Amino acid sequence: MIVVEDIHVTFGRGTPLEKHALRGVDLTIPEGEFVTVIGSNGAGKSTFLGSLAGDVLAEQGRIAIDGTDVTRWDTPRRAGLVARVFQDPMAGSCAALTIEENMALAAARGRRRGLSLALGSDRRKGFRDRIAALGLGLENRLHDRMGLLSGGQRQAVSLLMATLAGSKILLLDEHTAALDPATADFVLDLTRRIVRDNRLTTLMVTHSMRQALDYGDRTLMLHEGRVVLDVAGEERAGLDVPHLLALFARQRGGAEISDDSLLIG
Amino acid sequence: MTEIALFGAIEIGLVYALVAIGVYLSFRILDFPDLTVDGSFPLGAAVCAVLLIAGVNPWLASLAAALAGAAAGLVTATLNVRFKILHLLASILTMIALFSVNLRVMGRPNVALLMQDTVLTPFYGLGIPDHIVRPLVVGVIVAVVVLLLARFLASEFGLAMRATGVNARMARAQGVDTDAHVYAGIALSNGLTGLAGALFAQTNGFADVTTGIGTIVVGLAAVIVGETVLPARALALALVGCVAGSILYRLAVQLALSADAIGLQASDLNLVTAVLVAVALILPRLKAKASRSAPRSTRAAK
Repeated sequence: MIVVEDIHVTFGRGTPLEKHALRGVDLTIPEGEFVTVIGSNGAGKSTFLGSLAGDVLAEQGRIAIDGTDVTRWDTPRRAGLVARVFQDPMAGSCAALTIEENMALAAARGRRRGLSLALGSDRRKGFRDRIAALGLGLENRLHDRMGLLSGGQRQAVSLLMATLAGSKILLLDEHTAALDPATADFVLDLTRRIVRDNRLTTLMVTHSMRQALDYGDRTLMLHEGRVVLDVAGEERAGLDVPHLLALFARQRGGAEISDDSLLIG
Repeated sequence: MTEIALFGAIEIGLVYALVAIGVYLSFRILDFPDLTVDGSFPLGAAVCAVLLIAGVNPWLASLAAALAGAAAGLVTATLNVRFKILHLLASILTMIALFSVNLRVMGRPNVALLMQDTVLTPFYGLGIPDHIVRPLVVGVIVAVVVLLLARFLASEFGLAMRATGVNARMARAQGVDTDAHVYAGIALSNGLTGLAGALFAQTNGFADVTTGIGTIVVGLAAVIVGETVLPARALALALVGCVAGSILYRLAVQLALSADAIGLQASDLNLVTAVLVAVALILPRLKAKASRSAPRSTRAAK
């Protein structure tokens, strides 16, 4: 469960480029809920995800994960509770390390790293079984460097890595945006499967309204650092992309939607 | 090349192999260009020499030299990690400061070790010629270091250190305290260099404040030569490559200096070093160029 109370984030305070990226976000996400997050460029989606992961520290407000106040915790400390998959397939894994080494890194998330072998034979076998379940034939390529995989394969392995340490929260930052449509669909289906099987509390930022409605249980729309739309259940089931656009326009006081990126999907 | 010159080259190559491994850790694994070694090498020599003269056990003196080197590395890492000074500049600051520190440690520019016991002393009386005993003992020490380090880098802690150098953002997202791994890695790198300095003092019988000049170039030369002759992806083999590179580099230098026909003197060493490093850096590029143009020419022949 994630509880966010009135968090504010400002970049470049006191400079001409000052940007008030989050202006008081309040949110409670119950355990096991799959939330999709949409919003135009600069709406604060990535900042919001970053503030949950610890990359950005909120200057005001409070963040609690599973009852623990993590507001002042930095990224490595929060990593024990939160797993992430980045937009850039290169960012979420180490290209120069092998697949199994990347998995070993992820498996030790939130634990003290000692001098025991990172890849004992038991652990290797465990990794082989887990990666075989992806159905990509990667179980015979554990010794290959991560950099040899395609973008889709890397995102699939990154998703798998997110489940290895047993943390219950998954943050997805437009993790299919850099992929071609067919690969994106594959990765999204895999996401759905992994979230369901591991009963993960998930936040998925996406640029696509279609994806935002098709996946998950609840949809948030951010605009100028605030949550302007929060729909779930019956109301959400009845929504289509045009409805969403109209709702968005009403929330903004009838303002025209000028950002093309909102219409994609 | 005489037999004595040959074993001399192997011996000095093995001593500097520890520097090469240290440089491999900082430059290659942590992606942290660290020039501190120019100061931590003579620091290790100075600490070891002074302790030997004070009658301390040679193994303890060598350990102290390694710890002194590690402390120097921690200074550089602190300047960079804590105070955000550019890594290259941070290491130059430490290196310059160490010149003065080394003079303080020794009390004068150089110290001779004449009658003092060293880690080599127990092995001199075994009927093997001295010029073979020295590389043997140093070689065993280097082998132990390589084995321990290979095991360390395969551990969870070592793996996190490698990830820190490759992709710090990902490492942090996986819960790796990247700052702690930079501290540990740079300390380890300079600790090995300090140990190399201690072995240098004991095999050559002196410590001199100027021996540090160019240590980084020699270490880097060994790493590059090693990568050229042994292009291995497996980490343990890369460490062996550092050792092989260091020895080959010394043999090449010795060969260049002892070939009378070329007319080089010992004072030309730095020139020879620079040329060797440049050649080692250029060769892979030429090779890549050749392999790129080769398929093109076969296609043209069809």
